[in-house]
Amino acid sequence: MTLGYFWSILFLSLHAMVPITLTAAGEVVGERAGLFNIGLEGILLLSAFTGALGAEAGGWPLGLLVGIGTGAVVGLFFGLVNAYWKGNQLITGVGINLFALGFVAFGLQALGTPGFHDVPRDVRLPAIQTPVGGLSPIVLLALVVPFAIHWFLNRTRAGLWVRAVGENPEAADVAGVPVELVRLLATTFGAALAGLAGAYMAISWMGSVTKEMAAGRGFIALATVVFSGLRPILTLAGGFIFGFFDSLATWIANIPGVKEAVPWQFVSTIPYIATLLVVTGVIGRVRFPKALGVPYRRE
Amino acid sequence: MRRLRATLRAVAESILAAAIGLVVAGFILKAWGYSPISAYIALFEASFRDLYGIAGALANATPLILTALTFAVAARAGLFNIGAEGQMYFGALAAVAASLFRLPPGLHLLVALAFAGAAGVLWSLVPSVLRATRGVSEVISTIMFNWIGRYLAFWLVANVLVDPYRAEKTITVLPGSRFPTLVPGTDLSYAIFLAVAVALLVYFLLWHTVTGYEMRAAGANPDAARYGGVRSAGVIVLVFLLGGITAGLAGATQSLGRPPTYAVYSGLPQISNLGFDGIGVAMIGRNHPLGIIFAAVFYGGLQSGARVMQLFAGIPLEMVRVVQGVIVLALALPELLRIFRILRRRRVELGGER
Repeated sequence: MTLGYFWSILFLSLHAMVPITLTAAGEVVGERAGLFNIGLEGILLLSAFTGALGAEAGGWPLGLLVGIGTGAVVGLFFGLVNAYWKGNQLITGVGINLFALGFVAFGLQALGTPGFHDVPRDVRLPAIQTPVGGLSPIVLLALVVPFAIHWFLNRTRAGLWVRAVGENPEAADVAGVPVELVRLLATTFGAALAGLAGAYMAISWMGSVTKEMAAGRGFIALATVVFSGLRPILTLAGGFIFGFFDSLATWIANIPGVKEAVPWQFVSTIPYIATLLVVTGVIGRVRFPKALGVPYRRE
Repeated sequence: MRRLRATLRAVAESILAAAIGLVVAGFILKAWGYSPISAYIALFEASFRDLYGIAGALANATPLILTALTFAVAARAGLFNIGAEGQMYFGALAAVAASLFRLPPGLHLLVALAFAGAAGVLWSLVPSVLRATRGVSEVISTIMFNWIGRYLAFWLVANVLVDPYRAEKTITVLPGSRFPTLVPGTDLSYAIFLAVAVALLVYFLLWHTVTGYEMRAAGANPDAARYGGVRSAGVIVLVFLLGGITAGLAGATQSLGRPPTYAVYSGLPQISNLGFDGIGVAMIGRNHPLGIIFAAVFYGGLQSGARVMQLFAGIPLEMVRVVQGVIVLALALPELLRIFRILRRRRVELGGER
């Protein structure tokens, strides 16, 4: 019985970990290159919506592709504005979030499903059947991606370029690295991963779209980047901690007895409080790239 | 002279950005099969043609002026406080809580407003202290507090302030602590004067006092602040304090001065997103209290017009937030007006003149 609880919480946590870890691992690449994207929340929401539409039009493979594509397009825009035109990164991010909030609420209403848009079961990503329950294949992908990013950043020439343009763009420029292009590609890649995370939420994990479904996860991912100290593998640990508290909240809220004693509203605050405590705990020990958030202008 | 030119440029940029926002949203409307032209005609006719429309715009502008000030004060000091949303919830509820007891009319309103301001400050306290003492990014802490606050507000509405006869709302605010209605038959109350007065006070504080100068100096030279650790804890605490007061008052204007409900409903439908919309309004108003007043009336007009548009053309009113998002994105571009200069140059080149 207790072992059963253990497995079910582990399963819930792994599924809740995915959007945080994918988004955070992607943002690590962007931040290593020097761009700080607070529009991740909006990207999650937008790509959940477009991913669901894609899946309904052409099945789950199209849904995933559309989600990734949506993230990439927003990332490309973010990169153009900030890497090339030296825009304000924070304002761009806020603009993306406001736009997404409006666009998705508008779209849900225009589709005739204002509160809750259900993604039909037959176009959802099929789960892998295990003795404990269905496991989304994206969970397995999310377990691998941070390692791949670690390898990319530390073992490849392109990864060295990414780190160089975030740490010392002047030197990178002198060495012949195309600073703007590397930043653009890095942030686009990060946003595309957030797009995958959004599509996963809509067509695999939750199976529905609501205008509040991102629920701060984009910002929790930013907190996870801080927690990880910009080391991609640690976004797994960070994502799992938050996934654990997220599913713990769902789990606690459904225990008979506890349900009556503790208001569900209090339980729902647990992931946010945990995020804040973890960030407060690690802050000060984290070293950010020197040129993070600073537009590069050639002297 | 230079200052005048800078002001003119800022105003021109905001107007250009607003135009871009309307055009881009027009394309989105078209893509969904709506007619953008007739939608916009319906929208602007409804919001700015007669007294009722203008009153509606001003009623919507009232809380937005105040939440925009929360963001703008912080932005002027180099901080990115996006916590108005949560602070505003508690302002609205604290103002309702003041109706748990009875006071003489008028005095009751003042006490309710004091409650609201204090509640907003209380909810900004932890992010403020975390930023000042440990350097925890206010972007993350204020967003987390918005979500924590949202659930706590749900709980307060359902359990502490609940109307014993109607479980879906809080108790109704007593008449003695309400803002009187300004234009009968509309939502507009005297709360608009409070919002404008607070904006003017913030303007005076920022540009005509030493404290305001220090706050703007902390924001104007982020490099000095970063390398020299100039950004003092005092400025941070003060910024959050002012932001908490204005956000709390924003909530109060909704529970005390928005006919016909004078209560907060479960799920917070009337007040949700006022804090986030305030961020957009602050940016359109270029983080200047006077600019914010105009930006809030513009956005408030869009909102009330959109309600009519939804009613008659069936276009979801959330379209307005799409417009706002695009406007903010356009404003993120530095020297937006240079687009014109580049276009003119290109035309000259195409014309063969060199």
